[in-house]
Amino acid sequence: MMDNSNLTLALLNLFLPLLSFSILILFGKKIGDKAHLVSLVLIGGMLAIAIRFFSNVFHYGAEPILETSIQWFTTGKFSVDLGFLINNVAAIMLLVVALISFLVHLYSVEYMKDDPRYSRYFAFLGIFTFSMNGIVLADSLVMMYIFWELVGLSSYLLIGFWFEKESAANASKKAFLTNRVGDIGMFIGIMILFFEIGSFQISGLIEGVQNGAFSGDMTLLTIAGVLVFMGAVGKSAQFPLHIWLPDAMEGPTPVSALIHAATMVAAGVYMVVRIFPILTPDALEIIAYVGGITALIAAIIAITQNDIKRVLAYSTVSQLGYMIMALGVGAYQAGFFHLTTHAMFKACLFLCSGSVIHAMHHALHELKDHDTDPQDMRNMGGLRDKMPITFWAMFISTLAISGVPFFSGFLSKDAVLAGSLSYYHHHHGWSLFLPIAGFGAAVITAFYMFRLIFMTFFGNSQNKDIYSHVHESPFKMTFPLILLATLSFAIFFTLPSTINPFDSHGWFTHAVPMVENVAGLNMHEVEEGLHHAHHSAMMISLAVAGIGILMAILFYLSKSIDAKKVANTLNKVKLYNLSFNKFYIDEIYNILLYKPFLAFSWLCSKLDWDLYDQKFIDGWGWITIKLSDKSGEADYNWLDQKIVDGCGRLTQYFGRNLKLTQNGVVQNYLLGGIMGLLLLIIIFQQF
Amino acid sequence: MESSILTLLIFLPVAGALLMLPFAKLYGKENPHIYKWIALVTTSLQLVLAWVLYSNFNPAMSIAESPFTVQLDWITHFNIQYYLGVDGLSMPMVLLTALLSCICIIASWNIEKQALGYFSLFLLLDAGMMGVFLSMDFFLFYIFWEVMLLPMYFLIGIWGGPQRMYAAIKFFLYTLFGSVFMLLAMLALYYYSDPHTFSLITLIQTAGSIDAEIWGMSVKYLIWISLFIGFAIKVPVFPFHTWLPLAHVEAPTAISVILAGVLLKMGTYGLLRISYPLLPSEVVNFSYILAVLGVINIIWGAVNAIAQIDMKKMVAYSSVSHMGYVLLGMAAVVSESPEGAQAGLNGALMQMFNHGTITAMLFLLVGMIYERAHHRWIIFPQDYKQPELAGQIAFGGIGAKVPVYTAFIAMAFFAGLGLPAMSGFISEAMCFIGGFSVFRTLTIIGTLGILLNAIYFLRAYQRIFLGPLNEVYKDLTDITGRELITIIPLAIIVLWFGVYPAPLLNMIAPAMDGIIQIVQSVI
Repeated sequence: MMDNSNLTLALLNLFLPLLSFSILILFGKKIGDKAHLVSLVLIGGMLAIAIRFFSNVFHYGAEPILETSIQWFTTGKFSVDLGFLINNVAAIMLLVVALISFLVHLYSVEYMKDDPRYSRYFAFLGIFTFSMNGIVLADSLVMMYIFWELVGLSSYLLIGFWFEKESAANASKKAFLTNRVGDIGMFIGIMILFFEIGSFQISGLIEGVQNGAFSGDMTLLTIAGVLVFMGAVGKSAQFPLHIWLPDAMEGPTPVSALIHAATMVAAGVYMVVRIFPILTPDALEIIAYVGGITALIAAIIAITQNDIKRVLAYSTVSQLGYMIMALGVGAYQAGFFHLTTHAMFKACLFLCSGSVIHAMHHALHELKDHDTDPQDMRNMGGLRDKMPITFWAMFISTLAISGVPFFSGFLSKDAVLAGSLSYYHHHHGWSLFLPIAGFGAAVITAFYMFRLIFMTFFGNSQNKDIYSHVHESPFKMTFPLILLATLSFAIFFTLPSTINPFDSHGWFTHAVPMVENVAGLNMHEVEEGLHHAHHSAMMISLAVAGIGILMAILFYLSKSIDAKKVANTLNKVKLYNLSFNKFYIDEIYNILLYKPFLAFSWLCSKLDWDLYDQKFIDGWGWITIKLSDKSGEADYNWLDQKIVDGCGRLTQYFGRNLKLTQNGVVQNYLLGGIMGLLLLIIIFQQF
Repeated sequence: MESSILTLLIFLPVAGALLMLPFAKLYGKENPHIYKWIALVTTSLQLVLAWVLYSNFNPAMSIAESPFTVQLDWITHFNIQYYLGVDGLSMPMVLLTALLSCICIIASWNIEKQALGYFSLFLLLDAGMMGVFLSMDFFLFYIFWEVMLLPMYFLIGIWGGPQRMYAAIKFFLYTLFGSVFMLLAMLALYYYSDPHTFSLITLIQTAGSIDAEIWGMSVKYLIWISLFIGFAIKVPVFPFHTWLPLAHVEAPTAISVILAGVLLKMGTYGLLRISYPLLPSEVVNFSYILAVLGVINIIWGAVNAIAQIDMKKMVAYSSVSHMGYVLLGMAAVVSESPEGAQAGLNGALMQMFNHGTITAMLFLLVGMIYERAHHRWIIFPQDYKQPELAGQIAFGGIGAKVPVYTAFIAMAFFAGLGLPAMSGFISEAMCFIGGFSVFRTLTIIGTLGILLNAIYFLRAYQRIFLGPLNEVYKDLTDITGRELITIIPLAIIVLWFGVYPAPLLNMIAPAMDGIIQIVQSVI
């Protein structure tokens, strides 16, 4: 009975947003500017269900809340099942998705007001939320892959929502294609796992590995794990496939908050969390390095960006790198913990930036200024007084992302860093890179986030006209900011077990217990290592956050250091340009992959058509025609003209000459007759 | 009634075509109304019949047991029979043919030129296609195969684009070249089998015991090769594919739909109906080459599609790519893993059906924009008649202007690139899964198709529909009611089988199992 009602709720949770999509896509024109009412009611219902599931988390049981599946189709031996697996991790994720989705819907009511495709926008948000829920609920890799692609579609539609902009159209295509590169790997990985273990279900896979499906060939399991992880590299924008996420900022800002900061990009991390038990230590090592490299590189790029959303985009990439690194070093809880806290404060940051952009946009609109970029921080400054709610919300979430005590980011980031430190303690050698990347990225994060805050909200306004026209956003936009900023306080993740702000052992740790890794990683060792590294990690991370913030103050608040001078000095060895131009990765791909490939395909088409078909295939036709011409000529000139007509001419010749013998002299006829008779006798005597 | 339904399916269109003739005297050949209405009624009736057949169809019954089977002596001297039957292999193809024929008549509503000729030839083509899918006698099969060819030749050659004659001749000769090999194979099967027969059902038992040799080569091997060439040209398998882009581009919209939607399937259908059950040991020996060719098709078709600047040509090359999936899935019949073999073969047949519906949508939609803009360039070619436009993006931004049309073409494009929840995804994935169970490396190369197919569809979509609106097309009109009638049924099918493929699989799985058993019994 219990299970049945849970199943109904899970189904509703999944399909309510799809209903919102269907209604709005079919009747959007009629509903018009009331579209948000449909969505808000349906997504609100979904949020209520998510809260209901979430309440189960506090039972702290390891048993799943719901695990059920039905057969989707079968060919007899080959069947594919679809089903739900809601454990505590999924329940927490469901709430994250539902909460942020609801807030973004609410926020969008103002933000997207007067957009000509208003109802379509809410429809797309609906199909995104549906697909995202699908990933969270999925009990099998196949189902996950299906919804994986569907979030890709919704992301494509929303990035390119203002498709009249060439840059938005490009960005949406780039996002979809880059993700597909990762998806190929994921698909191959799923196939390997299926044929080695015989299951698509996550529980089946874990059981299979535990029962020794790969016992002879752990390398294959490593390969499979890394391949499946490639899906996460694409979706969670990890190096080297991170290039699509910054461009994805072309979409409306609430979309960036929902999809490209809090939920969809975290799907990759979530997927790794789900399959964590079957990832071998070797696979995890690769995952850790990918995460570490991503965290560091993206943070370095974020320093020099001037577009407020781009800073946040690279910050997202960097934070996702953290989560991936955490999972790679075995700090399973820390990775998911950081996902959760990050979802709140990063969504808040994006919505705040949206609030600023919205205000800038309106100011520019009133000034009839179409040239100034409303997203460029160099046009802002001093907005603190004008937009106090936005400022405070953004400030609080900046504290959280920078890892300042009392805020959620402090706890989760600390756990991640402890993981990297303990990993180094165990492995030594090159793994020193991981803590360096982790702490390095932490300094830089604190620095560029405070740079953003100072450039936007402090100092003198760069443009008095704009400044005077800027207003705080309306309540529908500020309410989500207030709520999300509140949730960036550490206390919401530690209660009720502890009120010590330096102790992360709250409800979250109890709700997400360590899992067992069945592919050879000793989780008890990991846990012990984490415990030991905990204190040193906390000290260092406090120090690095302090350094980062201090540097930002010196550079951008007190201006005691001239940022331009430093930039010029760094640029002597091209360091500044390297960061500003995102390590030229886009350009490298363009020159090494994209352009050559397009040239190759052009060449192939020439080969296929102009050479192969027109020359070779039609060549046969040409030869046939030539041959038949020749044989036609031969037929007429020789067979007909020479032989056939020749016979005629011969007959004619004989006729003409023989007629001379017809001279009417009887003696001659008699002589001829006798001669003939003699000839016959001679011939017959031969036989 | 039951035993006449198959005959009706084939000869109803013939009757329709004959019915048109008396009207030619009364109304003249040029008045299109009467002919298109006759054609529409005929094909609609045929569709209803196909549906009746489907709803009474029992997938578990073999041809021999099925109540629909018709087996009559025809030319007794050579043991040629009028032998029709339907099983899980032909059922989806029959439905597809009936559906697309009906839709294509509606899509041909604007045909003015020599309407009598067009619609009567179309109905003859329809009859030929049905005949191919229902014949269980090789001789009969061959006749229908050739019957199809002639109307197709004229439909391309008279109602086609600027290069129609060239395209029609090329199509005709290519196919005829294949037919010669098929004819040889058919005669060899007849003479070497004991008793001499053309019955495809009897030959399953007897063809295996042929062990003669010609010029030191096994006759069975030669038969397999000849059949393969005959069918490969239709699929088309690389390197026999170059008739396809030309014929698809030059043919009128409805004929492109039939070509890509039904005719291509005949190649793979022929392999599954004739080569696979009759020559299982050759299938086993040849499976690797089949998989290689499949992967080449996937990659080569997609890479070429990326370079195309003509929408129709792009869709045509995408067909080459998508038929590659079918070959890969079919090659998996030799898989040691029962899951793999079933996934591969069922996936292949599903992909045949799904590609038929998806590519039909694509060609119909491209045809609609062509009717409005009178061209279908994505980018104007370098030698375009207006030199200032050469190399420029031809449309651009029309998504804002024709939202409904754009929604449907977006759906068709995403179905084409194998997005889940669309039918193509499931069948493509199953072909890969099947292929992967036998040919790991090859299949991994083939999965590149997942990316490549997305590249050209998204590039084309962006260039045509996104970006700032090209002012030339500011008066473009959105999709009409008649056009919607042609598109919506296909869209529903694509979505339906994408979400719930079980009905399709239940229909085909037993027949596929039969083929797998035959092939696996000789391993």
